[in-house]
Amino acid sequence: MTDYTQMWESLGLDIKTHDALLAGLGKAYTDIFLSQKNRPEGMKYFDFVMSEVHGLRIKELVDAKEQGRVIIGSYCVFVPEELVLAVDGVAVGLCAGAEFNFEGAETLLPRNTCSLIKSAFGFKLGKVCPYLESCDVIVGENTCDGKKKAYEIMGPLVKNLYIMDLPQTKSDMAKAVLKEEYRKFIEKLENVSGKKITVASLKKAVELVNAKRRAVKRLAAIRAADPAPISGLDSLLVNQVFFHDDPVRFTDAVNKLCDELEVRVKNHNGVFPKGTTRVVVSGCPMAVPNWKLPFLIESSYAVIVGEESCVGERGSRWLTEVKGNTVDELLDAITDRYFNIDCAVFTPNPSRLDYIKEMTKKLHAQGVIHYSLQFCQPYIMESGPVEKELEKSGIPTLRLETDYGMEDAGQLKTRIEAFGERLKKK
Amino acid sequence: MRFAGIDIGSRTIKLAVIENGELILSRKIVTSHDPLGTARELMADTVFDRITATGYGRYLIKGHLSCPVITEITAFVLGARFFSDSCGSILDIGGQDTKAISLDSRGDLCKFEMNDRCAAGTGRFLEVMATVLGFTLEEFSAAALSATRAEKINSMCTVFAESEVVSLISQGALRNEVALGIHKSIVSRSAGLLKRVAPTEIIFFAGGVALNDCVRILLENEMGRPVFVPPDPQIVGAIGAALSASEEV
Repeated sequence: MTDYTQMWESLGLDIKTHDALLAGLGKAYTDIFLSQKNRPEGMKYFDFVMSEVHGLRIKELVDAKEQGRVIIGSYCVFVPEELVLAVDGVAVGLCAGAEFNFEGAETLLPRNTCSLIKSAFGFKLGKVCPYLESCDVIVGENTCDGKKKAYEIMGPLVKNLYIMDLPQTKSDMAKAVLKEEYRKFIEKLENVSGKKITVASLKKAVELVNAKRRAVKRLAAIRAADPAPISGLDSLLVNQVFFHDDPVRFTDAVNKLCDELEVRVKNHNGVFPKGTTRVVVSGCPMAVPNWKLPFLIESSYAVIVGEESCVGERGSRWLTEVKGNTVDELLDAITDRYFNIDCAVFTPNPSRLDYIKEMTKKLHAQGVIHYSLQFCQPYIMESGPVEKELEKSGIPTLRLETDYGMEDAGQLKTRIEAFGERLKKK
Repeated sequence: MRFAGIDIGSRTIKLAVIENGELILSRKIVTSHDPLGTARELMADTVFDRITATGYGRYLIKGHLSCPVITEITAFVLGARFFSDSCGSILDIGGQDTKAISLDSRGDLCKFEMNDRCAAGTGRFLEVMATVLGFTLEEFSAAALSATRAEKINSMCTVFAESEVVSLISQGALRNEVALGIHKSIVSRSAGLLKRVAPTEIIFFAGGVALNDCVRILLENEMGRPVFVPPDPQIVGAIGAALSASEEV
């Protein structure tokens, strides 16, 4: 294996802690992913990506920087990747999925802050995230109150935090605000990169990102088959890698995986027996390496067939229409696309509920597991009405609230298994 | 055929054997530091054709007997129906869990809620509080029933409630009034779970805490619904597991 120590040192990582983090990650990956049976061959690419997640991919980022490309990090699916690519930049989703250095994070944040935010701070303060350290700009988007205030505290800790405001309703005025924010973001990107967004560069970027989305949408649709040709864990991993891999290579790898899965479907070859209980997971995003809940579910005789999540269909189900002859017109199309995202910070947010129902139906799921991160107010608040409505429409729903720690694993497993027992009786 | 069910709880292990739809054996034993050894002891001379395990230690047994497992939640549904065909709501307060369960019109599991991660408001909570007040469990319930007013206990956390109780006592509060306050706090929490999940019908009350008269009476008052406690409320899960063993084909 290549020794990346020098590269990590130059990025200012704390080598000892970082080694410990990677060792833990490697072990978790082996236990959770490599132990699965009959995995598709196409997952080898993603195994490789994960084995090099802080290695080769970071080397690529460093090389890109040397070629004068800017690296733009973000924590949210509202930050348009198209705009970053249009200035020939590299967009990376910043990971915040590990219970790492929460003691450190809690010196700056209240204890009752969600794990996602704590994790972002834990990584920064512990100096262990090479993505974060490679970024020329980090975009902090005003979604929930937690993130909003956390970015104020993060500001002095990172070199170039850029705040993007987001509306909270789906009115025309709100859409205009979003477009204006995106226009300002273009200015920022043009400033840091020294490159101008043109109609051609923007169109090309839109098509690149659309291709990537089409590939994961294809994967999502294939999962309607019974027996399930791919596990929920592996599908989640693909959706997680979506955020930091090279888009062209990623798209290619996902399409190859889908080719293989389509053959599997034709041959009725699955990773779980036909008739295995099928569930949709809906709720908060699961960032790398947050695999806790899917692991508990899939080791409890059920298969996850879809994720209604930012790391999943909420993040990727809309394409951007390639429409317009000016940058401004294209920006309208981009704004239209992003304005669809039904994040729980919006009020009201009816399309999310409709889509959970639709997913359950088209993926032939028997029930929905609603996942809220502890202290994630928007999703926890929304989970009550969502559960009520789904049950009313005859879709059994289990509401879970948890964080990144493993101390509640036993209790969660009991609930998940009991929910599975309920679904089997149906 | 004889069907056995073993329920490995955090405080007690229960064994039930069913033959021709009749309960022919029921036993329980304190879990101890060695649940597997204790379970073996409990089953030592028992004859059965099939067994199903439930409770938080279900996988421990599964590893040694290669028997099927079901969750406590389904076990309580099956066990409650053994006692009452028309059962629609179940409350189980055990050693470390509280569960509220509702059944659908066919008697199958519908909704359920459990307490989160800690032992707040469970049997263990009552045990600790009884000890702090210097009562046995029987005395504790009787003392609470004898009180005419209750001290308010705000904390549901076993650790915080303990300091709260110690502080009330040091301020001269009456022991039986504190005892009533503790019982009330556990009931209001359980009632909250029940109202969310199982808002109508008779409440089938199971688990070790159902042996506590004060909790049962307060629960009846709080919910305004009749509460039914089966003859041996601790064995319900084991009976459910045994019934599940009889359903296996």
